[in-house]
Amino acid sequence: MEGKVIHRFSKRFSKKAFFENLILNILRISTYLVILFAGFIFLDIGINGSKAIFKSQAPFINTDFLTQKPETLHVFEPKHIDKKLKEINAKILSTNIENKNLSNLAIEDSKKNDLLIKSLQAKYHVLDKQRKEERLLFSDTEFRALEIKPSKSEYVYETYAYSGGGIGPAIIGTCLLVLGSIAIALSLGVLCAIYLSEYSRPGKVLQIIRLSILNLSGVPSIVFGLFGFGMFVLFFGWGVSMIAGWFTLAIMALPVIISASEESMRSIPKGFREGSLALGASKWTAIRTNVLPYALPGILTSSIMGIARVAGETAPIMFTAAFALRDQLPWEGLEKASDFIFQGVMALPYHIYVVSSKIPQNEYTENMQYGSAFVFLFIVGFFAISSIVLRIRVRKKYKW
Amino acid sequence: MSLDIQVKPAEAGSKVLPPEVIKIRNLDFSYGESQALFDISMDVYEKEVTAFIGPSGCGKSTFLRCFNRMNDLIDIAKIKSGTIKISDVDIYDEEIDVIELRKHVGMVFQKSNPFPKSIYDNIAYGMRIQGIKKSSELDSTVESCLKSAALWGEVKDRLNESALGLSGGQQQRLCIARALAVKPKILLMDEPCSALDPIATAKVEELIHELKKNYTIVVVTHNMQQAARVSDRTAFFYLGRLIEYGPTEQIFMNPENSQTEAYVSGRFG
Ligand SMILES: Nc1ncnc2c1ncn2[C@@H]1O[C@H](COP(=O)(O)OP(=O)(O)OP(=O)(O)O)[C@@H](O)[C@H]1O
Ligand SMILES: [Mg+2]
Repeated sequence: MEGKVIHRFSKRFSKKAFFENLILNILRISTYLVILFAGFIFLDIGINGSKAIFKSQAPFINTDFLTQKPETLHVFEPKHIDKKLKEINAKILSTNIENKNLSNLAIEDSKKNDLLIKSLQAKYHVLDKQRKEERLLFSDTEFRALEIKPSKSEYVYETYAYSGGGIGPAIIGTCLLVLGSIAIALSLGVLCAIYLSEYSRPGKVLQIIRLSILNLSGVPSIVFGLFGFGMFVLFFGWGVSMIAGWFTLAIMALPVIISASEESMRSIPKGFREGSLALGASKWTAIRTNVLPYALPGILTSSIMGIARVAGETAPIMFTAAFALRDQLPWEGLEKASDFIFQGVMALPYHIYVVSSKIPQNEYTENMQYGSAFVFLFIVGFFAISSIVLRIRVRKKYKW
Repeated sequence: MSLDIQVKPAEAGSKVLPPEVIKIRNLDFSYGESQALFDISMDVYEKEVTAFIGPSGCGKSTFLRCFNRMNDLIDIAKIKSGTIKISDVDIYDEEIDVIELRKHVGMVFQKSNPFPKSIYDNIAYGMRIQGIKKSSELDSTVESCLKSAALWGEVKDRLNESALGLSGGQQQRLCIARALAVKPKILLMDEPCSALDPIATAKVEELIHELKKNYTIVVVTHNMQQAARVSDRTAFFYLGRLIEYGPTEQIFMNPENSQTEAYVSGRFG
């Protein structure tokens, strides 16, 4: 009897242990996969983007890229190198094909071909480096100012729209869009959340309201873009303007902000509310003095993250607020102050979209895409970190 | 179980009753469909300590929260019939300003709930929301309230530190001081000592004894000895009904109802 018990126990134990292990490993692998994806994206953008933003000489940051307007890039590549590169490429290709057609017995030949390809590739690299040193790159303004243009017999000449200059106006535009929509979304969202969590009576109506707000966050961003276009651009007659973009982005961020704010307010202990009401505070006074201040860190963090999320969307701004190219900065050429909010701006996500939708892609357009993406990541990261710092600081002040 | 309840000398048994301040008549109260209080009638007398005792869930807190209309916060809570009058004014009349009522009837909660602000700001809160800004007035009230709550000596050097740094017993006395700062006439305490150790409890009890001179106090407690020590009158509740109400000495030494007797002697509840 005793032996049987031990036997059964040990058998079941190993099976259980196997499942335990299996589950642990599934969980672990999933997590590593996610980290791998995230790491890959950040690395990709970081490595490629830093080529556009950093440079090897002091001050190490390519300030032109961050401050200048986008321009057409004029590229002159030395013809003699270009020709040689093409020849080598062709040869590598033909050797490769030859290699594939060889019978399995011709090991000697195959080895020889491999060596040939290797040497060709080395040659290609050297030449490519030379090409990069000898090529001439001009932004549009530089190109127009040239007295003597490079001769077309010596150079292969190509132009790439928006790939020269920098992304200064897009950075400014994105920051303006983000700040404006934060202001609108925060005030609207917090007021709505206060009403829902503190004043409204629980029941069917409230549930329907909550559900529809939640559903709003499932609506595709292009729908918000079209809605904003119909509502703000056309119906209100604001035109393609910053204010139309603010409202469109704000409405898009509202579901997240409302649910997060409600959540933060609900998590404030009931005792604070009751305590102040029992001291003769009106309902609003109790909320203002003993709910909102403590809920604020949570509200701010989630709101800023919510806005940062939608600020990266292209669809909602491409019909409402974004210009592909605008010569003037937002504060230039205003006739009256109100014009400021009724002007379209450039924005990073739309800029990335515009540059990326140019075909063919090559190292010149990629430079611009990755540079913009890098800067955008940086801006979002800045907002995220500042919201976290803010949270920690307020949290320290009010702790319970 | 042996009883070592010490009952105070029979000062509550004096012939002339003090004027009553809270008059409850035939109160029926329900949360939605389920009735929590059944036909309660009693008087709470001025400048006395009245204790509510009874097993958990019998409706003591519910009843107490009727006196400052705290139950208004609960959507389903409803007084079905009956009246509560404080100084002869029906407090459930439509003309009543609930804010004024709550200033008049202060409350200390079972779970001490100091605001996450400084000690000073906690006490000053009630005055500030009334629009009192003069710092001399605030200062003097803060000091006098902390003194009446027997906390001044312990905190006078750290008024600007967070109230959450205080010990549990200090926090509860802070909440009492905070309630006093609004200058109420009646003080409701819902199990003020339930989270405190014996020493802190003794301090709060001493405080209740002291405050009795100026305030009418209603205190809910699960602690028989405490009820016996601090109160002049005791009300025993069971399943939403007021079973017995009378001078504390009588309730503990000579109860008329057998349920009361069983409860105070620790045989059930
Ligand atoms: N907010 C509420 N909603 C619905 N029912 C409630 C609510 N609060 C209390 N009750 C019910 O009313 C009854 C009385 O509760 P109450 O809190 O007044 O009891 P109590 O005597 O204070 O108990 P305790 O000694 O445990 O604090 C209980 O049956 C309880 O379940
Ligand atoms: Mg209770």
